[in-house]
Amino acid sequence: MQGSSVEGYIHSIETFGLVDGPGVRFVVFLQGCPMRCQYCHNPETWKMKEGELWTAETLFARACRYHRYWKGKRGGEVTGGITVSGGEPLLQMEFVTRFFRLAKERGVHTALDTSGALFSMKDPFRGRFCSLMEVTDLVILDLKEMDSERHRILTGHGNENILQMAKTLSDMGKDMWIRHVLVPGVTDSRESLLALRDFLGTLETVRRAEILPYHTMGQIKWEQMGLPYALDGVRPPSEEEVRRAEELTGMRA
Amino acid sequence: MNDWKQWDGFEGRLWKEEVNTRDFIQKNYQPYDGDASFLEGPTEATDRLWGILQKLQKEERAKGGVLDMDTDVVSTLTSHGSGYISEETKDLEKVVGLQTDKPLKRAFMPFGGIRMAEEACRTYGYEPSPELHKIFSEYCKTHNQGVFDVYTPEIKKARHNKIITGLPDTYGRGRIVGDYRRVALYGIDYLMEEKARDLANCGDGTMTDDVIRQREEISMQYRALGEMKKMARIYGYDISKPAADAREAVQWLYFGYLAAIKTQNGAAMSVGRISTFLDIYIQRDLDRGILTEKEAQELIDHLVMKFRMVKFARIPSYNQLFSGDPVWATLEVAGTGVDGRSMVTKTDFRFLHTLENMGPSPEPNLTVLYSSSLPENFKNYAADISIRTSSVQYENDDVMKPVWGDDYSICCCVSATQTGKEMQFFGARANLAKCLLYAINGGVDTKSGEQVGPAYRPITSEYLDYDEVIEKYDQMMDWLARLYVNTLNAIQYMHDKYYYEAAEMALIDTDVRRTFATGIAGFSHVVDSLSAVRYAKVKVIRDERGLAVDYETEGDFPRYGNDDDRADDIAVWLLKTFLDKIKRCHTYRDSEPTTSILTITSNVVYGKATGSMPDGRKAGDPLAPGANPSYHAEQNGLLASLNSVAKLPYEWALDGISNTQTINPDALGHAEEERIRNLVQVMDGYFDQGAHHLNVNVFGREKLIDAMEHPEKEEYANFTIRVSGYAVKFIDLTREQQMDVIARTCHARI
Repeated sequence: MQGSSVEGYIHSIETFGLVDGPGVRFVVFLQGCPMRCQYCHNPETWKMKEGELWTAETLFARACRYHRYWKGKRGGEVTGGITVSGGEPLLQMEFVTRFFRLAKERGVHTALDTSGALFSMKDPFRGRFCSLMEVTDLVILDLKEMDSERHRILTGHGNENILQMAKTLSDMGKDMWIRHVLVPGVTDSRESLLALRDFLGTLETVRRAEILPYHTMGQIKWEQMGLPYALDGVRPPSEEEVRRAEELTGMRA
Repeated sequence: MNDWKQWDGFEGRLWKEEVNTRDFIQKNYQPYDGDASFLEGPTEATDRLWGILQKLQKEERAKGGVLDMDTDVVSTLTSHGSGYISEETKDLEKVVGLQTDKPLKRAFMPFGGIRMAEEACRTYGYEPSPELHKIFSEYCKTHNQGVFDVYTPEIKKARHNKIITGLPDTYGRGRIVGDYRRVALYGIDYLMEEKARDLANCGDGTMTDDVIRQREEISMQYRALGEMKKMARIYGYDISKPAADAREAVQWLYFGYLAAIKTQNGAAMSVGRISTFLDIYIQRDLDRGILTEKEAQELIDHLVMKFRMVKFARIPSYNQLFSGDPVWATLEVAGTGVDGRSMVTKTDFRFLHTLENMGPSPEPNLTVLYSSSLPENFKNYAADISIRTSSVQYENDDVMKPVWGDDYSICCCVSATQTGKEMQFFGARANLAKCLLYAINGGVDTKSGEQVGPAYRPITSEYLDYDEVIEKYDQMMDWLARLYVNTLNAIQYMHDKYYYEAAEMALIDTDVRRTFATGIAGFSHVVDSLSAVRYAKVKVIRDERGLAVDYETEGDFPRYGNDDDRADDIAVWLLKTFLDKIKRCHTYRDSEPTTSILTITSNVVYGKATGSMPDGRKAGDPLAPGANPSYHAEQNGLLASLNSVAKLPYEWALDGISNTQTINPDALGHAEEERIRNLVQVMDGYFDQGAHHLNVNVFGREKLIDAMEHPEKEEYANFTIRVSGYAVKFIDLTREQQMDVIARTCHARI
């Protein structure tokens, strides 16, 4: 489906996203994800080829209904734009590229919220990815875990290509927001957090780095879908734990 | 041309030739586009007085909501001696004057209806004077009695079944804003001279009904002005001449307002648009070096303190409609002039700053007349105050200015009126949700089983057909609109006759323009129900009487609140259809009919009287407030919801389209400046589309739940939230209403 078609499978739309990129964001959640993160709070977006089919043009026309909320700049800051999240948007790269291209033609800020799990230096991915980056202003990237083995347990995938993607984006001069979801006892070990700090130190285009405290709001969805929840019983981190992680990683919103 | 030494330094000419406050403002105000850094904190006197008042408010709450009441004095302009926040601190009060002789003591006001005045007393454990009972039931007629003398059986039945509801026949209609600034600018003597001239010019000697009534009213206004002078004299002031400085201007203006609240207990007793006016006096004193910024802020703080003290004796049925003891002492800031200049002055900042100096408060009902073209510094400051206090509402100056000019006030929760030029006949609501059920059931009320509406043929099919429903709904709305307007005609006639607002009307032009304000309840539920009938399959469940009492809806359908034109077009159609029907009817005193989509907190009571609807709302559940989409209908986030509401043309609902939204602080952004910036973006985007009104709440659901469970916590004593059309202390709401507020959508995608 991601071949020549410019239709995309959409899970849902949030017109009032304020934490998924700078300013007020029109956030599109795409359907389909190759990752199986233990703390995923949108497991209903995993399956491919579900959801509603939209053309990039219709979706952009819908987004434009909200352009009044993002117009202009305020104190030199971007006041809003569109963000594509998921699911995993890189699964429907042609569609996202087309959508973003329409946005850039109209001067709208674009942000891509991705796990990076599909990233590859090989063609045809690489070529398509470069096209997408031409029309992407900001990449919001989750660095879930620095140790690849633990990353595999947490998400079902290793992290080598994800780290490579971060480096590539840095080399391309692409703005990034880096996020790390803090799960007590899972992603909060001292050595992992320090490794994350070291890695961040090698990147040159990180505009914001945030610790996101794990929350349990997604658990009910797993239960409704009849899936076992691996993090059952794990609590959200306390404010002190978040602060500690921020200090160890040097990440602060 | 008049020329007083009190006017030294003021520019302009026309306002000296005639009573014309607007001209005075336009010729003399100085726009301010700087930031809030000039503002001063509270003085010791402010802290002390506010401390005493907070203690009194606590006592009031502990006593069940009323601190003290009059039982044997009828409130008039001169019925009471002077009263102060406390005797020991009376010299600290920069602005003086209470409704009665003691702070928070409620006056006895029988002219609206002696039964209600007495019921209010007894509800709180006070025994009203038997002598007053005799006077007001045997010798002297009241508004309430007048209304019930003329009501038809059909009106009484419709009223009893609550298809027309919340009517001002058991309470004062309010919504009349005197131009209280006139007292400061001209002094009472000149205003009396002008009214005397109007009387002399009223009619050519032919005594028609209109002329007789007009002459009587002008005479009553003239007398009220004389009484205002006496009232001020009780406090040691002579207000016969113009105010000479800022302190006098504030005091004179307040005396004008005090006259209104001593004589009327209307549902809404707005203060009006006074900030830019007062700034002219304050700025002149600052320039002359006879006032400091600290003193200027103190004046505004003390004035606002007085507005926070306004109280009326209410009956339980009133409190259910308008919960939390509101008086709608609505006060506007900002806006822009017809010439395009911003009307933001430093005093507009000073009024908002009272929420910092004295903490959040529901009164006065602070309203920002918003335009995206206002100075960025002011927009940021207002957004900042909103985020921290949830005490401010916003109304779109860009849509109101073309209709009402640049000197309008908000006379109720959200309705505009030209200051000093207009009055409004307030008329509560018709329940259009119930009307839809009447259409389906041939005029029979499912709750009472009574034939309330006309006995048209009911719908008998198993599944509802859109065209049939629309045809029958249209007929039933015809009936309702006529009955509703006629009921209001009777109410307004009797209010003029038995409870005339002489003190307020004395501060309004004699040639007054009158608007006739109707209203719609149940808006979103009608829209969604019609959408369900059209886009899904709605099966009717009938009871043993054969009445449709419930509905089973199969399939999905678009709902109002998602920026989906299929549903939103129905919303626009509904508003237009109802307004057209209202406009066809004769309205009392040739007033201009308008309508509104706002319900205050009465959505809970209205919902109790409304059966199950095809949109899935169950019998007895609260209706969505105002023009808000229904609970859980919003599936695409706040902006989609705002866009739906913004499609309703303000020109078709000149009485107001109220929208209340709650945003979780974490969802608004991570850092403080980010939140402010984002909120300003939201308001610019919303209002630039022509939307009318927005109540902004910024808090999480957890805070509401905690406040409901632990109202005794100090932090919740002044916890203020915006509900449909006003602000209220959350802990003063009934538990039912608290649950309703908690149930509403909180935009919280984090």
